[in-house]
Amino acid sequence: MAKTIQEINHKIKTGRAVVVTAEEILEVVKAKGPKQAAAQVDVVTTGTFAPMCSSGAYVNLGHAQPRMKMGGGRVTLNDVPVYAGFAAVDLFIGATAIPDDDPRNKVFPGAFPYGGGHVIEDLVAGKDLRLTAGAYGTDCYPRKALDTLTRLADMNEAVLFNMRNAYQNYNVAVNLSERVLYTYMGVLQPRLRNANYCTAGQLSPLLNDPLYRTIGVGTRIFLGGGVGYVVSQGTQHNPGVRRTERGLPRVGSGTLAVTGDLKRMSPRWLRGASFTGYGVTLTVGLGIPIPILDEEMLYYTSVSDADIVGPVVDYSEAYPHGKAEILAEVTVAELRSGEITLNGKKVATAGLSSYARAREVAQLLKDWIAAGEFLLDEPLDHLPGPESGYAFKPLTERPAASSGDRG
Amino acid sequence: MPKKLVLHFPPHLIDQPITYRLIKDFGLVVNILRARITPREWGRMVVELTEDGGRWQDAMDFLAEAGVGVEPLAREVLRHEERCIHCTACVAPCPTKALDVPDRYLMEVAFDQDRCIACEICQKVCPYQAMEILFD
Ligand code: SF4
Ligand code: SF4
Repeated sequence: MAKTIQEINHKIKTGRAVVVTAEEILEVVKAKGPKQAAAQVDVVTTGTFAPMCSSGAYVNLGHAQPRMKMGGGRVTLNDVPVYAGFAAVDLFIGATAIPDDDPRNKVFPGAFPYGGGHVIEDLVAGKDLRLTAGAYGTDCYPRKALDTLTRLADMNEAVLFNMRNAYQNYNVAVNLSERVLYTYMGVLQPRLRNANYCTAGQLSPLLNDPLYRTIGVGTRIFLGGGVGYVVSQGTQHNPGVRRTERGLPRVGSGTLAVTGDLKRMSPRWLRGASFTGYGVTLTVGLGIPIPILDEEMLYYTSVSDADIVGPVVDYSEAYPHGKAEILAEVTVAELRSGEITLNGKKVATAGLSSYARAREVAQLLKDWIAAGEFLLDEPLDHLPGPESGYAFKPLTERPAASSGDRG
Repeated sequence: MPKKLVLHFPPHLIDQPITYRLIKDFGLVVNILRARITPREWGRMVVELTEDGGRWQDAMDFLAEAGVGVEPLAREVLRHEERCIHCTACVAPCPTKALDVPDRYLMEVAFDQDRCIACEICQKVCPYQAMEILFD
């Protein structure tokens, strides 16, 4: 028997909705079979807590007296440069930005102790941040310099905006070379000594709705400990990749652009992260509720770690040079066991996405819905699906004409 | 019971056969877990010492007299619980399983100080600055 979102919302409001996490649903299906499970369960909650470099936040500082046009000027928060190419006091904090005087990789590998991801974490934690700004001054905005403390409560709007999040499946990174590699996938020991992966597996949002049937534009989500929304497909959305019989992509595929009010978020779910030799990023807690409209949605949400395969990619050669070489495919169940076998060799695995915290996100979202505090949405529009022809292209380099040729 | 200790060597002692004397003169069992010795700088050695019929107190007096600093290892490596997100990134690189996932269903990372040899690998690996190694 099919259900509508309206019916599910009515049950949520009257406290009768049956909500389980994407992990618990596996037990329900085992005990009751798919038909009964689809009839009884209304919502399955998913979760993930993983680093995402394409994260950021925009803020409005309010005007200083006299007024200052920071747009086109230079602005830092705790020494981290933030983007000011907007109106007078709107700024964008990018997760990977680092202070100008950070030595970066000059002494390799760099430690990158503080950057944009940490600024966002400190902001959400309510800490004072040092704001410095330099501007050229205009008749309407005469002020040229500013150096002050500020904090989240003093700002007007503060909004998390991640142009790409919730990657649907991802590479398993290994290192075939003779030297240690310091990557965004963590430290990779030489000669295939470890394999690093980054997925919440069976709890991962887009792996529970692999063809984007219920997750779309406007979907209300758990974001950074508060409430957020799906804006659209994220950057690098690539739905047309090879898929398994269950419709699960075999390589990185769909992504989401998401946004939400930073003032309602918590530093437990937005954490600055420092990757040795690579840089700074932001680890984001994100969870999406999936309405069990019918048996098909039940089938999708009953995906288990054993069903999900990820591509093993060499980060000494194939990844940096953009070669589409896959050494092997392994399941998330194997990755989670702590050891996979590659070329007959046992390789220890390490995660970057916290499964324990992903479970907590799914549990929190479940609690919110069960308490009637969080309703589901009908997507306003669908994301480009596997048959849409929407694809992720590499950059084509074309030499720019030298200035003399422009006439 | 073996004890894990950190020995700090002043620069002038680096070329002295200190561990040899611990074994030969005082009858201790010495297992060197890790050593960082640079000429003309303070050296640092993580050792596991077992009394095993040897003369423990005399050995400690000898070290003190020679100017070798001795500290128990356990005090030197800390995990800041509130910073750890249980990502498991440190588990494969940790050489002693001091960082480990005892239950692969829960996927929580446990830190067992007794196994830790203060090798510092996890410090480079942990993106959240959850592992802290205190020196001196
Ligand atoms: S310092 Fe870290 S990596 Fe080294 S043994 Fe101790 S816990 Fe393991
Ligand atoms: S790498 Fe850091 S955050 Fe991750 S499990 Fe280890 S100590 Fe915890």
